[in-house]
Amino acid sequence: MNYHWNWHIFFEPNPTGGGSYLDMLLSGLLLTLETSLAAWIIALVTGSIIGVMRTLPSKPANLIGFSYVEFFRNMPLLVQLFLWFFVLPEVLPSAWGLWLKQLPHAPFYTAAIGIGLFMSARVAEQLRAGIGSLPRGQKQAATALGLTTAQAYLYVLLPIAYRIILPPLTSEFLNTIKNTAVAITIGLLELTGQARSMQEFSFQVFEAYTAATVMYLLINVVVVTAMRVIESRVAIPGMIAGK
Amino acid sequence: MFANFDFDVIRRALPYLFLDGMAFTLTLTALSAVGGIIFGTLIALMRLSGQKLLGRIAGLYVDLMRSLPLVLVIFWFYFLVPYIGQWLTGASRPIKVGAFASSLITFIMFEAAYFSEIMRAGIQSISKGQPAAASALGLTYGQSMRYVVLPQAFRNMLPVLLTQTIVLFQDTSLVYVVSIPDFLGAASIVGQRDGRLVEMYLFAALVYFTISCVASFGVRQLQARIAIVR
Repeated sequence: MNYHWNWHIFFEPNPTGGGSYLDMLLSGLLLTLETSLAAWIIALVTGSIIGVMRTLPSKPANLIGFSYVEFFRNMPLLVQLFLWFFVLPEVLPSAWGLWLKQLPHAPFYTAAIGIGLFMSARVAEQLRAGIGSLPRGQKQAATALGLTTAQAYLYVLLPIAYRIILPPLTSEFLNTIKNTAVAITIGLLELTGQARSMQEFSFQVFEAYTAATVMYLLINVVVVTAMRVIESRVAIPGMIAGK
Repeated sequence: MFANFDFDVIRRALPYLFLDGMAFTLTLTALSAVGGIIFGTLIALMRLSGQKLLGRIAGLYVDLMRSLPLVLVIFWFYFLVPYIGQWLTGASRPIKVGAFASSLITFIMFEAAYFSEIMRAGIQSISKGQPAAASALGLTYGQSMRYVVLPQAFRNMLPVLLTQTIVLFQDTSLVYVVSIPDFLGAASIVGQRDGRLVEMYLFAALVYFTISCVASFGVRQLQARIAIVR
């Protein structure tokens, strides 16, 4: 191989004037984490509402939930981001469109909302499966005790369902982090984006991508470890996950 | 909202969008799925072989691929494949690899990790009596896998494999990051040339949506048909 390795490149100053190449990658890492957290909050909140709607004994609620999930699941994430970023400002009334286009940090907000909604369909499906896996007696007992439907969900069904679906939610969270890399296409300089610009500035292709790879692996290890701890702390005694 | 929507721009671009863009996307999807399933099955067999080293290597590969964003993997292979080609052919300089070959290799290698997990679950779901009976009949390991275990595993996992292929179909749009004109890339090129991004992206979204919806409906039908056999 006639590739010139130069591992010292990380400590050389980057041409954007903000410290070394390593600083560039670290700022990307930070942005990846911020974007994924914002997207994950949106995904959890919206996904929970839609997931609950799909389990309600109401035809319209079911239909809305079903359409929502199908809508967000059957389009590539990249296309969805383009719709939010390029199409939405054009089809809105022009004053709103202009406001959207002039919004500072537009790529960040677009990515957080776009990825959040994309993931919310998956969270909704997980939560629906979680609620569906509960014995019917739980809901019936709650009703017999005089709880309203809202109370039954809030105090009985959801607390158990969330704990059951923690492992799949962990992998959905990891997917959210990985999906933030797609936002490179709308100009978000997250970790992959910074590795890409480091490659373009310095021509050290493989060093840049190796560093990004290592950082993604570290994020994975941290998230998986943290979730294991949470899982064991909230496990329900008497169930397989519990002690 | 649709007052100055130009449908004609879409109509004029149709031949390019479908004959070039969609043909690329579908060929890439089909070949990556076939290649990914073959490689994935091999990786799954390595993991289940009981050989410590082989299993370790396969496991590391799967974990690595599944921890990385596809966009980063696309970049990796886009730059790495010419060097691998140089190393394999012994050429003096990194060889030139076309857009299609480069993305095909990327998707086969990436999806193999996901397909291998599906095939592993499929193989593990076969009861122990099956390979035991096969070896009692005098079949070698290879024969027992080929004629007894894998056909059943493959059949049981067919709906999941097809669902993963739909995901793969959507993921191929990410070749956009290295400017390869797949369906979305073609729509984007036309949209930028004519200043009609709104029309082109909405149309692209509609096409992806329709194809994925029809395909997942088909998978559900198939699942209902093959689920009862047992």
